[in-house]
Amino acid sequence: MWIPFGYLIAAVLFILGLKKLSHPRTAPLGNRLSSLGMAVAIGTALVQMQFGSGPITNWNLILLPMGAGALIGLVLACKAKTTSMPELVALFNGFGGAASALVASAECWKFVEASELALPDPFTKTIAFGAAGFSAIIGWCTLTGSLLAVLKLLGGVSVFGKWWAAPTWGPAWLNVVKVLLVALVVVLTVALVNDPRDARWPILLLASSSVLGVLLVLPIGGADMPVVVSLLNSLSGIAAAFTGFIINNPLLLVAGSLVGASGFILTIVMCKAMNRTLTGVLFQPYTAHASEKLTRTKVGSDPEEVAMVLDGARKVIIVPGYGMAVSQSQHVVKEFAELLAQKYDTEVKYAIHPVAGRMPGHMNVLLAEANVPYEQMVEMDDINPEFPECDVALVIGANDTCNPAAREETGPLAGMPIINVDQAQHVVVVKRSLGVGYAGVDNDVFYLDKTMMLFGDAKTMMGQLNKALAES
Amino acid sequence: MIDPSLFLLNLTLFVLAIFLGVELINKVPATLHTPLMSGANAVSGISVIGALFGTQIVMQDGGRSVASLLAGLALMLAMANVVGGFAVTHRMLNMFKKKS
Repeated sequence: MWIPFGYLIAAVLFILGLKKLSHPRTAPLGNRLSSLGMAVAIGTALVQMQFGSGPITNWNLILLPMGAGALIGLVLACKAKTTSMPELVALFNGFGGAASALVASAECWKFVEASELALPDPFTKTIAFGAAGFSAIIGWCTLTGSLLAVLKLLGGVSVFGKWWAAPTWGPAWLNVVKVLLVALVVVLTVALVNDPRDARWPILLLASSSVLGVLLVLPIGGADMPVVVSLLNSLSGIAAAFTGFIINNPLLLVAGSLVGASGFILTIVMCKAMNRTLTGVLFQPYTAHASEKLTRTKVGSDPEEVAMVLDGARKVIIVPGYGMAVSQSQHVVKEFAELLAQKYDTEVKYAIHPVAGRMPGHMNVLLAEANVPYEQMVEMDDINPEFPECDVALVIGANDTCNPAAREETGPLAGMPIINVDQAQHVVVVKRSLGVGYAGVDNDVFYLDKTMMLFGDAKTMMGQLNKALAES
Repeated sequence: MIDPSLFLLNLTLFVLAIFLGVELINKVPATLHTPLMSGANAVSGISVIGALFGTQIVMQDGGRSVASLLAGLALMLAMANVVGGFAVTHRMLNMFKKKS
C-alpha cells in the first residue's frame, strides 16, 4: 500500500530538478535531482510490479530491453560531438514519443490479439481507448517529426555514398492538408473507441499520425529547428501523461503534464528570443527559395592584409557561428583576442546571436570551454548599437545570422533578427567559400567594399592570422 | 487498466501539474535553453514506467507475441531516452562549468 509513496518522492525531485535547471548556477544540481527522481521512479515501479500487482514472471522481458536501451542512450550521448548535440536531443525526444505510442499500441493490441479478453464497461472503454488513441497520435507524430528534425539539423543523410539533402517544402495549401489530417486522426480515434477489436484502427492511426509529424516539420527552416524540437518535446510529455491515464499511474500524469507545460513555455521563450511567433514558425508557408545561384564573386584577402587593418584597432567585435563550432577553433579565436588586447590594447567582445550554431547557447558553451571571460560574450540586442563605433567586425563561420537580407519584407530570412556587422568600419569574414548559409540566401555583406574575405577552414585561417598579427 | 473512480482524481492531477509546469518556467537565460530542453526531454522519458507496466500486463496475459514485442521495444526506447537524455544534459552543463 505504501509503495506508490516512491512516486511522490520522484515527482518532487522532478519539480525541483526542472526549477533548478532554469538557473545557471544550480543547473547541474537540477539535472542530478531529476535523474535521481527517475531512478526512484523506476525502482518504485519494479517494486510495485513484484510485490503489488503480482510477481514478475519473466525478468528477461524487462532487463534485456532496459539494458539495451540504457547502453544505446549512453553510447550516443557520450560519443556525439559537441556540434551535434541538438540532433541528439531531437533523436532522444523521438525515442520518448515512440515509447509512449508503443505502450498505448500494446494496450490496444491486447484486445485485438485475444478475443476472449472481455472489453471494459463503456465509460472505461471510452477513456482508456480515447487516451490510448491520443497517446499514439502524439507519440508517432513526435517520432517522425523528430527524425525529420534530426535530418534537417544534420543537413541531410548519406545513403550508399549518395548525399540526400534534407528537404524543406511547404506551400500554403499544405496547412489545409494538416488540418484535414488532424480531423482524420480524431475520427480514427473515435473509431478505435467504438471498436477496439478491429486491428485496422491502430495501424491507420500509426500511418496517419506519422505523416502528420512529417508534414508539421517539413516546411520549417533550419534556423527555427530548435523551436520545433522544443515543441515536440512538450508534446512527448503530453503523450506520457495520456499513458498515465491508461495505466492509472499518478507519476506519469504529473511528470508528463509538467514537461508538457514547461516545454511549451520554453518554446514560447525561445520564439521570443528569436523575435518570432509560434504560429509564424508553424504555419508560415515556406516560399520555394531553392539556394540562390551565386552570380557575384569576391577576391579573397590574405592574413597579412587583415593584420594590417587590425593594426591599432581600438574595438573589435568577433561574431562566431557554426563554422567556429565545426572547426573547433574557439581556442585559436581566444588567442587572437588576447594577442589584440596585448598588442594594441584593443577592446574585444563577442557578439552572440541567439541561434548561432543551430542551438541556443551553443556559442556560449564553446567559448566558455576556451575560457573566454563571461563579460566579453554579449547578446545580440546589447551589442548591435556598438557596431558603428567598432573598427573591425570579425565574422567566423557565421552567415545567416548577419545577413542583411533578413531586413527585407520577403524571403526565407525575413524578420529574423540579425547582428549588424555591416555597420562596422571594416568587416572580416572567415569562411570556407562564398557559399550560401543554412537558409540558402546570398549574403550582401560579403560583397561590400569594406569587407575582406579570408577563405579557408576557420581554425587554419585564424592560426595564420594570429601568426601574421604577431609578426606585424 | 483504467478505474472509473480514479478518473476524476487523475484529471485533477493532470490539470494541476500543467499549471505548475507553466509557473515553473518563466525567465530562462538563452544559454540554458538547450540544457533545459534536453533535461525536460529526459524527464518525459517517464513513459519508461508505462512501458514497464506494459510488459507486466503482457506477462500476465501469457506473453502474446505482438503485444510483448511492442512493450519490449517501448521499454528499450524509453530507457534510451532517459539515460541518453540525462547524460547529454550533464555533458552540456559540464562545458559551462569550466568558466569558473
